Amino acid sequence: MITTLSAVLTGLPAAEAVEPVAAVAATGAASAAWLLILLPLLSAAVLLLAGRRADGWGHLLGVAAPAASFLVGAIIAVQMLTSPVTERVQHLDLGSWITAGTFDLRVGLLADPLSVTFVLLITFVGSLIHVYSVAYMAEDVNRRRFFAYLNLFIAAMLLLVLADSYLLLFFGWEGVGLASYLLIGFWNHEVRQGHKVSGDQALDNSVAAKKAFVANRVGDLGMIVAMGLLFAHLGTVSFAGVNEGVASGALSTGMITAIGLMLLLAAVGKSAQFPLQSWLGDAMAGPTPVSALIHAATMVTAGVYLIVRSQPIFDATGDARLVVAVVGAITLLFGAIVGCAKDDIKKALAASTMSQIGYMMLAAGLGPLGYAIAILHLVGHGFFKAGMFLGAGSVMHAMRDEVDMRKFGALGRKMPLTYYTFMAGWLAIIGMWPFTGFFTKDPIIETAFIAQEGQTWQPWVFGSVALFGAALTAFYMSRLFFMTFEGKRRWEPDVEPHESPRLMTWPMLVLALGSVGFGVAFGWKGRLADWLVPVTGSVEHPAPVLPPALITWSVLILVLIAVGLAWQRYAASATVVPRTAPKASALTEAARDDLYQDKVNNGLLVIPGTYATRALVYADSAVVDGTVRAVARGTVAVGDLARRPQTGFVRQYAAMMAIGLVALVIIVLAVQS
Amino acid sequence: MSGVLTALTDAGQMDTGEAILFWVLAPLIVIASLGLVFARKAVYAAVSVISVMIMLAALYVAQEAPFLGMVQVVVYTGAVMMLFLFVLMLVGVDAGDSLVETVKGQRIIGVLGGLGVLAVLSGVVGTAVYSQPSGLAAVEEAVTNPVGLAYVIFGQHAFALEVVGALLITAALGALVLTHRERLIAKLDQRTRLDARMRALAGGGTVTPLPAPGVYARHNAMDVPALDPEGRPIESSVNRVLKVRGQEADADEYAARVDRVLAGGWADAPEVTEAPAAPEVDAAPEADGAATDEPGDGPSSAAPETGADR
Amino acid sequence: MSLMSYVVLAAVLFAVGTTTVLVRRNAIIAFMGIELMLNATNLALVTFARMHGNLSGQVLAFFVMVVAAAEVVVGLAIIVAIFRARRSVSVDDVNLLKDVRDPA
Repeated sequence: MITTLSAVLTGLPAAEAVEPVAAVAATGAASAAWLLILLPLLSAAVLLLAGRRADGWGHLLGVAAPAASFLVGAIIAVQMLTSPVTERVQHLDLGSWITAGTFDLRVGLLADPLSVTFVLLITFVGSLIHVYSVAYMAEDVNRRRFFAYLNLFIAAMLLLVLADSYLLLFFGWEGVGLASYLLIGFWNHEVRQGHKVSGDQALDNSVAAKKAFVANRVGDLGMIVAMGLLFAHLGTVSFAGVNEGVASGALSTGMITAIGLMLLLAAVGKSAQFPLQSWLGDAMAGPTPVSALIHAATMVTAGVYLIVRSQPIFDATGDARLVVAVVGAITLLFGAIVGCAKDDIKKALAASTMSQIGYMMLAAGLGPLGYAIAILHLVGHGFFKAGMFLGAGSVMHAMRDEVDMRKFGALGRKMPLTYYTFMAGWLAIIGMWPFTGFFTKDPIIETAFIAQEGQTWQPWVFGSVALFGAALTAFYMSRLFFMTFEGKRRWEPDVEPHESPRLMTWPMLVLALGSVGFGVAFGWKGRLADWLVPVTGSVEHPAPVLPPALITWSVLILVLIAVGLAWQRYAASATVVPRTAPKASALTEAARDDLYQDKVNNGLLVIPGTYATRALVYADSAVVDGTVRAVARGTVAVGDLARRPQTGFVRQYAAMMAIGLVALVIIVLAVQS
Repeated sequence: MSGVLTALTDAGQMDTGEAILFWVLAPLIVIASLGLVFARKAVYAAVSVISVMIMLAALYVAQEAPFLGMVQVVVYTGAVMMLFLFVLMLVGVDAGDSLVETVKGQRIIGVLGGLGVLAVLSGVVGTAVYSQPSGLAAVEEAVTNPVGLAYVIFGQHAFALEVVGALLITAALGALVLTHRERLIAKLDQRTRLDARMRALAGGGTVTPLPAPGVYARHNAMDVPALDPEGRPIESSVNRVLKVRGQEADADEYAARVDRVLAGGWADAPEVTEAPAAPEVDAAPEADGAATDEPGDGPSSAAPETGADR
Repeated sequence: MSLMSYVVLAAVLFAVGTTTVLVRRNAIIAFMGIELMLNATNLALVTFARMHGNLSGQVLAFFVMVVAAAEVVVGLAIIVAIFRARRSVSVDDVNLLKDVRDPA
């Protein structure tokens, strides 16, 4: 066993240092990369423009588009696998986009192992979730529109990962933000049939959508500032140009750190990391397939993608990297703690997503050592988290849209397929050998324990946090799993749980296979890391501060303890899970309230902002308007005075003229004499 | 012509004759002009202004400006002031000011203003420095005053003259426009009046002129109605205006008098104490006959009697 | 006997004309006051022409007379029009130029 685990570790990073590969012009299938984006975009346009006429076949087109994109992506991947390593980074030039003076931005797509990995993840998981949605949204009258938005999201996300410049990436970045907004608030009006939505719920959904949108805008600010800095100092925003500029030393270290922090802000907003994490929980207001696709598997990982894609910048600044790691570590613990207390199955999964992305950020923050394993965990997470979300959707489907886990229990026997697929996801996320999570998360924990150049406390802190986070993950995921599927039934008497239709269970099955096999297939011996080497490069790594075997065994033992604890607390006895949440410790109460994230935001931002706005409004009306009104009043007063002599009597006017004449002549005479 | 005019002495002073003329006319001019301020009636004011202007014309002539003197008489006195008088006649000759001053303090302010103007003008006149008066004799050595003026007006000021001509025409047109009154109803000609009468005939009107009012000897006025051949008063014979004003003599009263006479009694209502009226019964046929003999003026025979009774 | 006497006479006539305009309420009389002021000016102009030995003064007086004639025509037409509308020639009755907010 120990040798096996050691093999995992030694197999992971390539032993020798390898530089990233320069891009070559796209050939073959890669030159058709634009089809990837165009197909779902066209489909979205057709679905939106055709209107109700497309209701009958819209979902079929909606499923076909990402599936076709997946086919194209798979062909590109095969071509890439069969070509030499030096030709795996391919650039497809699509023409000139923005030309202004010396600034000439070309539209281009970058097909390299990193983006193709994402393309495959997005289109594969996306296609499965589309299939799932056909059944899940079957009763919804707006299913066609739902598919249009989903396709729009797929197109925008593919644009995001295929873009060859920060500006084009930002285009896709905003596109996924828009799709996310539209889909979180999909049920934004009262619905009386199908998925019943009350008016209050609809309002909450709209508010959640706006919250996500606004929080994302904060992050976008960082993106825009970063692009502005890059343009101001390098005159280009294309990846190639930026890499070149950073490599040539045109930027000072401080500037690179600033750019890196701004990019981190963008990533934090999009990936729901601390301190912009508050929107993700509320984003669960969207339909469950949306949560699975956008808010678990793909969009929220865009931040990690951005960090990895900006690798040259982060390579050059240890400070920004450290901040990335710290943010990841904080979010990791934050999400895990919140996940332990949530009774809403989707919100617990959302907290888990936050936590897992925290792992990825932590890995990305570890620099060249961690980029590849961050992506590895990202893809693996995409499989098992999407699978669990679909499982949660299946449970909700069975329980009439109930999301409170305290009203579940003992569902495993009623819906075996959901039970087993969910179990696969559960075992994967807690890192149980030999499921995917073990091969993706364990390297992160071990790498966190590696002391890089000049680091002293960092490996101990990050390593401990990652280790403790793994234990917490095991606890809250087990709690979720046991509360839902084990123990005694706690559901309402009139609810009759049933297995979901095949269109829903098959995608879950496929994703469960991914949860089981992805890790061993791609994590084993660092296959994905090697595949990514043309983009991420590779460095020699020192040994962790603790023996790898000790770390691995510690993780496994802690996970087992946490699972046992959860079993004891949530499944072993019928009476341990009350229908309503009992009073609990201060930490639990805080965790139930998302560690007061909304209260903190309100106190620090919303309320001061409101008061500042009110003060400005008051100042505007009192000072600015007051001045204007005073001028007006003064004019009126002067006019009032000037009005007095206007009696309308001609003789008085004449008298005034005479008096004026006399006075004038007297003055002239007086001056002359 | 220049013989009539006075000339300045060598010292630039007016000669004795001119001085006498000035000192005779100047007080008269001032007195006459004060009439403008004090005359109650506008016509008196106009007359005083006319006299001021005529006297000024004399002064112009004395001041070596015989042409202007003539123009003053012709234009101002003959045209402008006559126009004033026409307008005065138009708006009512007796349209005088009321003694009540409507604008408070205006009278005092006006007088003070006038005095102030006088004071400052006097000050200007007094403080100004004048050169030695030269007189116009040198200028008019070759030509007479009107000819000299004509040279200047039609030479130097030809354009101004054209402009003033245009101004005069404009003013005339302006006066036409200002005083023009739109005809609001169609003009009544003889034909329309005739047609209207013929139409009115159907409704009880008359084609012929209305009967003249009955003028009694003792009334000597047209406020009493005429009598028809039967001795009844004709309402329409009294002027409509008198009826509107309520100045019509009571037609009923006259009808009653006629009835009493026809009945053989006295025209005056019998007094309660005068019970026996037999002797007058004989007179009744006589009166009746007289009335019938003279249709239209029937009661006129009775009227003198009643008048005699009174 | 200086020519100044004429100028002084003109000044007196001008002041009387001014007083008339200020004091009299009958528009026609006030108008005559204006004519008197014009005549006073003419007298001064004629005197100055004589004083300077220059006919321009007389020419100016001539133009004043012509313009005054035109002015009288228009002015009287206005007075007639007002009289037709208001049955009055008092200048105090025509006070629409005043502020209407507080009719006083």
